[in-house]
Amino acid sequence: MKFPKRLLAILALLPGLAFANEGGIALDKAPDRSNNMAALQHGAKLFVNYCLNCHNASSMRYNRLKDLGLSEEQIKANLLFTGEKVGEMMTTTMKPNDAKAWFGVVPPDLSVIQRAKASGAGTGSDYLYTYLRTFYKDDTRPTGWNNMVVPNVAMPHVLWELQGVQKVVMKEVPDPHAHGKMIHQFAGFEQVTPGKLQKLEFDTAVADLVGYMEWMAEPAAQTRKKLGAIVVLFMAVFAFLAWRLNASFWKEVK
Amino acid sequence: MGAFKETKFPADAPAAQKALGWVDDRFPLTKLWNDQWGKYYAPKNFNFWYIFGSLAMLVLVLQIVTGIFLTMHYKPDANLAFASVEYIMREVPWGWLVRYMHSTGASAFFIIVYLHMTRGLLYGSYRKPRELIWLFGFAIFLCLMAEAFFGYLLPWGQMSYWGAQVIVNLFGAIPLIGPDLSLWIRGDYVVSDATLNRFFAFHVIAIPLVLLGLVAAHLIALHEVGSSNPDGIEVKENLGPDGHPVDSIPSHPYYTVHDLFGVSVFLLIFSTVVFFAPEMGGYFLEYNNFLPGDSLKTPLHIAPTWYFTAFYSVLRATTADFMWVLMFFVAAYVVFVWLKSRLARTTKIAIAVIALVAIIGMLPQILDAKFWGVVFFGGSVVILAFLPWLDKSPVKSIRYRPTWHKYVYAVFFLSFLTLGYLGTLAPTDARTIVSQVCTLLYFSFFLFMPWWSAAGTFKKVPDRVVFHAH
Repeated sequence: MKFPKRLLAILALLPGLAFANEGGIALDKAPDRSNNMAALQHGAKLFVNYCLNCHNASSMRYNRLKDLGLSEEQIKANLLFTGEKVGEMMTTTMKPNDAKAWFGVVPPDLSVIQRAKASGAGTGSDYLYTYLRTFYKDDTRPTGWNNMVVPNVAMPHVLWELQGVQKVVMKEVPDPHAHGKMIHQFAGFEQVTPGKLQKLEFDTAVADLVGYMEWMAEPAAQTRKKLGAIVVLFMAVFAFLAWRLNASFWKEVK
Repeated sequence: MGAFKETKFPADAPAAQKALGWVDDRFPLTKLWNDQWGKYYAPKNFNFWYIFGSLAMLVLVLQIVTGIFLTMHYKPDANLAFASVEYIMREVPWGWLVRYMHSTGASAFFIIVYLHMTRGLLYGSYRKPRELIWLFGFAIFLCLMAEAFFGYLLPWGQMSYWGAQVIVNLFGAIPLIGPDLSLWIRGDYVVSDATLNRFFAFHVIAIPLVLLGLVAAHLIALHEVGSSNPDGIEVKENLGPDGHPVDSIPSHPYYTVHDLFGVSVFLLIFSTVVFFAPEMGGYFLEYNNFLPGDSLKTPLHIAPTWYFTAFYSVLRATTADFMWVLMFFVAAYVVFVWLKSRLARTTKIAIAVIALVAIIGMLPQILDAKFWGVVFFGGSVVILAFLPWLDKSPVKSIRYRPTWHKYVYAVFFLSFLTLGYLGTLAPTDARTIVSQVCTLLYFSFFLFMPWWSAAGTFKKVPDRVVFHAH
């Protein structure tokens, strides 16, 4: 490989490498959308339009979207594209073999991805929120895109029309591990071409999408918490009564 | 056994009484109730530590009932299993609740069982004549670990798949028969659909049947000799005019209502977890297990579920370097036994010979650290079974032991907890050293117990139990 290309390859990998050693970049906190039906519906729209082209969400049934306040007619009119019925699961038409040939890997099923990506660094929503907003232009990659959270990711920047194209800005800093040497360190993104949305609008849209993926990962979550409040309250009262009943019997024991 | 005698009731006796009489003439129902609970006299000074046996039974029933409902919808096929769990979570009415109760119940079972065993350690519940209760309990613990291990493969997530792969491969470390044994267990060269099918059978019926039998035996053995108590006094040595121990009370109604309170507090905590934190920060439901199992993608960090991590730490601590330390300790222990024990000469020689064979086996050229890791991994569990014969204390309960014994127990519990915590983390050099120190402390607690448990000034055990009127 010619020197400039090799240098570009190293420079392109550096952002990933510099952070891969420390266990990944710090994750941004995803805004909470769990009680915002409008945002979740917007997220569903983004998901169906942008993600289902390559990914499956094969445990997610279209008509479950009624839980988000949509009617079956609304789902059929706006969220069904490729001839599925509203009672069917969200699947992609891309064949796994084709995906493997084109991307090198089969795009993972997204039904519970929000639960799978949680870690000590943050919740699954934080991970997805950071991931979808840190794609940057990288001509050394087959797709032309790279990502801060998943270095050398096989996925292209699907939302590029909305965010526009950003590139990585590097700065030279002293190497903390090798005295006297300099290393390149990530110093932020720079917008190369604008997208349809401003930065704040794009962050909001991604938050809605991630909020939808959080809902999709566990549709029963809100029911669980609402019911839980009643159950725990009941158990607290029951435990109190059981305590006093026990005390009344044991008064007899000498 | 005389001829059949029908109990006669007056004509106006309630129907229920006549029905019970009919049954009692043909089946010892009332007798069973009275012997096992109603008129089963138990010491009156039970404290907080004595609730965990009842809770263990409750959680066993909970796991069986939720397990039955899960089995109605779960598909034990490598291609369908993961999706079937999500089907239960989303489409089966209340499926999410049943699933969370089962997953939380599994962790709750281990918390309860560890606390139940701690009670045994604190109050000498395993001492004569209760050794058999302890042995049945040990067998239950082994079955419980197997049940959890087999059950964990069923969701077929990344951690399920790879955890099973690692643990079954451990059997491959056994010399000569190892690889064939692993193949036989798996039913295939790697963990696959064949493995899932048989683990499903073990988890759903084989081990539950054995568990139920062992729990019955555990309780029968307990009721035969009677419960011990926090003071370690044998209450049956002090009978009252009615033939019952003066320090005992009938389980019904006193322990019925006492256990009801304990159960209500447990259910309060249990519901809080089920409804508000079923994942418990990734400890009860591992995050990585929400990725479908992929035989081509090894996770960066394979760790067992939290309840196995202490023993797993012992396995990981057994590195090639640590083998030399262990060889030294085996030799030092044998020297100690020769000098300090009062065993017969032939026994001492036998111990020395076995130790010599073991030390030779520990040389890197003979059997590698991987094999010995498995040995100590298993040993760290099995050594619990020997407790009744290692404890030579003249008193049963920690209340009447010398105060410094409490520090010995504290070191043991801290070592166990440290090993458990380190097992959840990726190994580093520093963590491995700490695990190795804790491993030595853990084994020393048991191996030196015949000496330290009898050492020191013991306090006078009272004649009557320590009971403060409520």
